[in-house]
Amino acid sequence: MLDLHGYGYRLLEGGLLTLELAILSLILAVILGLVTASAKLSSSIVIRAIAKAYTLVIRGVPDLVLMMLLFYGGQIGINMATDWLYYEFDVDIFVNVDAFVAGVITIGIIFGAYMSETFRGAFMAVDGGLLEAARAYGMRPWTVFRRIRFPLMMRHALPGLSNNWMVLLKTTALVSIIGLSDMVKVAAEATKATHEPFLFMIPVALGYLAISSVSEWCFMKLKARYDVGFGAEGASWNN
Amino acid sequence: MEQLSTLWQPLLDWMNGNDIFTPNTFAMYWTGLTNTVQLVFISLLIGLVLAVPLAIARGSRNQVLRKSIWFYTYLFRGTPLLIQLYLAYYGFAFIPGIQETWLWFFLDDPLYPALLAFTLNTAAYTTEIFHGSIQATPRGEIEAARAYGMSKAKMMRRIVLPSALRRALPAYGNEVIFMLHASAIAFVVSITDLTGAAYYIYARFYAPFAAFLFVAVLYMVLSFSIQALFKYLEKRLLVHLKPAS
Repeated sequence: MLDLHGYGYRLLEGGLLTLELAILSLILAVILGLVTASAKLSSSIVIRAIAKAYTLVIRGVPDLVLMMLLFYGGQIGINMATDWLYYEFDVDIFVNVDAFVAGVITIGIIFGAYMSETFRGAFMAVDGGLLEAARAYGMRPWTVFRRIRFPLMMRHALPGLSNNWMVLLKTTALVSIIGLSDMVKVAAEATKATHEPFLFMIPVALGYLAISSVSEWCFMKLKARYDVGFGAEGASWNN
Repeated sequence: MEQLSTLWQPLLDWMNGNDIFTPNTFAMYWTGLTNTVQLVFISLLIGLVLAVPLAIARGSRNQVLRKSIWFYTYLFRGTPLLIQLYLAYYGFAFIPGIQETWLWFFLDDPLYPALLAFTLNTAAYTTEIFHGSIQATPRGEIEAARAYGMSKAKMMRRIVLPSALRRALPAYGNEVIFMLHASAIAFVVSITDLTGAAYYIYARFYAPFAAFLFVAVLYMVLSFSIQALFKYLEKRLLVHLKPAS
């Protein structure tokens, strides 16, 4: 009973894959979100319009459709590109779009758009005077970003970030549909083989709840870290 | 009649000239569109009806009631909809002997398990949205209602709900769009929704761009129409919350 008809180990492996996928997509999404948020605050109309169009498209199309477009269409697109390279330049390369990479890229792109809204608001909430002070100290733009702007911005971005992460975690379940063996896929296979849906789906559901509980704790710690200097004694003059 | 055919002729020629966008595939997309809209609309409607009393009870003084509703929303918001769909779909189908009972009439069609999962999911999210906006009712409004000697039920009906449900509009609009997008998973339990139609046409013609880009555009049109509708409703119903200009 406890080894779940021999599927216990595979479910754990699937859980690990879910975690890997979620963390890698989160990293990609944060990078894309930061870049897009900066683009949205840019002074160039063209850059702003591109960033806006990106978030608009992502908001309009279901995650699953984007994922299938990238997974099934990506292979054909890349094949066309490599064929062209082969015939035109005699360069022979073969690129295989695997489900894991397609999953990370799609989820990263989708949540990059949502993150960009979080980061844009957070960047705007940072007190301009602090940035001026940093520049007055002679810091270079990158140093200002790394030491002043980013840490101050994170304080405002954390609630949205943690919200997005919880949604992202659940979105990873969709990769089971394009054939990746995450926990949901293993549980679905096991269900079809043994006809015992509750035995497999409930542990997986508990797995998701466990991951989100642990991450809630992590976000609490992060919040304490970024709230340093904005505590009770700082409230009177800072807010 | 003559004029009509000259209007249609180019379209028919084009449809006969390619394999992917034919009357047959359009019929498939149409089935998909009606299934998606039907699934999303019915589950949202039932979910909304369930969510109002649940949200009121979620803020009740009764510990057991409050905690059990919290637990329900925690479960349904903390796990992927896909798992809930699988549980609703396989959970009943594999009960021994169920195929001989009258229940099988419903369970044989994957639409009903999908409706069950989607409804319970959206009801959980909507309950939390409404609970939040009920909690945010200004204290003064409640005190005024009490001063008028209103009973609890009357206060809920006349004061709290009308303003709380209006304030929930923007968040509820997001939930509607979220539900539309989430419904794309319905095709894994063999419902021909929009995504299912696209998948079928992709598999049949090996044309991922024609199939998935086309439904992506359809979903976008649906999403933006819903967004526009909610913007309009917000403009009509939330005038009193607009900052004075």
